[in-house]
Amino acid sequence: MLQLIENESIRETINGKRIITKKPELLAPAGSLEKLKVAVHYGADAVFIGGQEFGLRSNADNFTIEEMREGVEFAKKYGAVIYVTTNIFAHNENMAGLEEYLRAIADVGVKGIIVADPLIIETCKRVAPELEIHLSTQQSLSNWKAVKYWKSEGLDRVVLAREVGAEEIRLIKEKVDIEIETFVHGAMCIAYSGRCVLSNHMTARDSNRGGCCQSCRWDYDLYENVNGEEKPLFNEGDAPFAMSPKDLKLIESIPHMIELGIDSLKVEGRMKSIHYVATVISVYRKVIDSYCADPENFKIKREWLEELDRCANRATASAFFEGEPSYKQQMFGFHAKKPEWDFAGFVFDYDEETQMVTLQQRNYFKTGDTVEFFGPEIDTFTMTVGQMWNEENEPIEVANHPLQIVKFKVEKPLHRYNMMRRKNK
Amino acid sequence: MKKPELLVTPKSIPHIKELIEAGADAFVIGEQKFGLRLAGEFSIDEVKEATQIIHEAGKKVYVSCNALFHNDRIDALDEYLKQLQQIGPDAILFGDPAVLMSVREFGITIPLHWNPETTATNWFQVNYWGERGAKRAVLARELSLDEILEIKENSKYEIEVQVHGMTCMFQSKRKLLGNYFLYRGEVMEIENRKENKNMFLHDKERNNKYPIYEDLNGTHIFSPNDICLIDELTEFFEAGIDSLKIDGILQTEEYITTVTSLYRQAIDAYFDEGEDTYDEIKDELFEKIKAIQPPLRPLDTGFIYKETVY
Repeated sequence: MLQLIENESIRETINGKRIITKKPELLAPAGSLEKLKVAVHYGADAVFIGGQEFGLRSNADNFTIEEMREGVEFAKKYGAVIYVTTNIFAHNENMAGLEEYLRAIADVGVKGIIVADPLIIETCKRVAPELEIHLSTQQSLSNWKAVKYWKSEGLDRVVLAREVGAEEIRLIKEKVDIEIETFVHGAMCIAYSGRCVLSNHMTARDSNRGGCCQSCRWDYDLYENVNGEEKPLFNEGDAPFAMSPKDLKLIESIPHMIELGIDSLKVEGRMKSIHYVATVISVYRKVIDSYCADPENFKIKREWLEELDRCANRATASAFFEGEPSYKQQMFGFHAKKPEWDFAGFVFDYDEETQMVTLQQRNYFKTGDTVEFFGPEIDTFTMTVGQMWNEENEPIEVANHPLQIVKFKVEKPLHRYNMMRRKNK
Repeated sequence: MKKPELLVTPKSIPHIKELIEAGADAFVIGEQKFGLRLAGEFSIDEVKEATQIIHEAGKKVYVSCNALFHNDRIDALDEYLKQLQQIGPDAILFGDPAVLMSVREFGITIPLHWNPETTATNWFQVNYWGERGAKRAVLARELSLDEILEIKENSKYEIEVQVHGMTCMFQSKRKLLGNYFLYRGEVMEIENRKENKNMFLHDKERNNKYPIYEDLNGTHIFSPNDICLIDELTEFFEAGIDSLKIDGILQTEEYITTVTSLYRQAIDAYFDEGEDTYDEIKDELFEKIKAIQPPLRPLDTGFIYKETVY
């Protein structure tokens, strides 16, 4: 483990107590307006979204300008802000429409863009100077001198390469006065971002314009070419060569990241469900707030770690933050992980008088199932589902239609955006 | 019309001499600590010796510093740049802006070539880095012919295009080969394999073979085919592309030398004799390359005529 060095510059004495007042931003992903609202409601300080052009997840549900406007308005009520990813490496043909697009983003109140291509950086400075410019991890920024370069170009923030470790971040922070954003959670590239064109070769999809088909997660056979002879470097029954990384999870390194003075902690995953976003964001929110409120007595609670595991569909690892990742941070052989709990319902309404919840079905459940409710306003609790009714108030035993409206009795109060999970058998 | 430069990647000092004979105009050399995926490894003393030989022959030499640098290599980079300033090669290749910062800081007067590989994708970038000191841009190999020509038309700086050899399609900082052997408990496999560059990944679904190796900069995976544009050069010639590169990574000296002499013939035929002469001999030149092509390396035209979607 790394040694935690207390950083005085992020602390203040309030009511005789040394607490951390420079809290890092908790930055969440959102692939849709619904996900954005959930992210903000569950505690994100900022949300990054993709527009319909110039972003790197061409198959994510991306935002129209009108949806961005609504997202910005919603976030504003919570004091949260929105960033838009425009991080492709453009080809000549992608240049058209960029000015109008950046102007439109700025006009709906987006705070900044996340960008890799100097074309987009310079165009933004010219046509939408009120937007903050954050350098994307696509530039694989790995040293302080390159950070200094981007600072000299007027950028507001840099997202470091995922290959940069804690001590490297410390030096970068020391040498350059610029906001630093790093990833804390989610799936990630095994290659230096921007330096992989496997998809281009294997499927004619441009990985640096949003077409990545994750060829790095496929299996390959390793051979050696000995004077023209192809000799397999594996035995019958061996796991094939694989380079699939475990997902990043730095929940236990959060105190360290806060002490380093990192400005923004980023959760990856615009394609993930609202359940994923809610779970991950709420746990990181608790860890950041608890540590900053009382750093001396802070301890990670087992229940937080367990909570985070409830939405994990892959094994997790710390990647480069605490040193060079070994083979144990990759997945070989069979590696799907079935979560113990499924997201089953999304709370729309709760009537305190009748104690009836109205929720939207997100996965099969039935009377008699063990479910748990969670959300920022409540303590997580478990119960057994009793008699249910559908939208027409007809009694039902099974909720098996996607997105159907279901009502049943829950004794503890619930709130809009609370979520219900069902335990897998 | 101006003859484009024929740029090659030598593997050793004696190889440089052969390549000069074969008709190369310029050379990329360097060491893996600073440059990515070089055909040969040249220490600073060898860079000095090579520069002397190349300059005596009236040719040009470029030293590669296009690695993605981490903090721990910045001091060494600064030292290296100062040494290069003494030696006086004709250009320094870079991708990481740290090199640009150091060049400014130490008053290095050697011209810069911008070569970040996969991310050099439009003409605006060429002019952007040009305005910041890069007199040439080395384009991504994932561009189509039309894109390359449009970049040349709209940029104010020199353009270099790879016309032959394999291309890198993946770089990870992780030791992916070592990790695979460690996962299987085969530590000896790693010990015995320090300089081994004969491995490849077999993609059964596409029946492709991707060369793979590890070095100081991590793990590198290469394209399943070698680009070969010897019979497709007319449009590059007409557009005035400034430099045509033969990348000899993972090839033998003999192969690189022969390929160089064939491209020399192609360029000279077009510019000295005319388009008709080039058209007459280009198929034959292609056949000659095909004849010496290693068995696991099919030829193709890269992304020149291949469209990518996203």
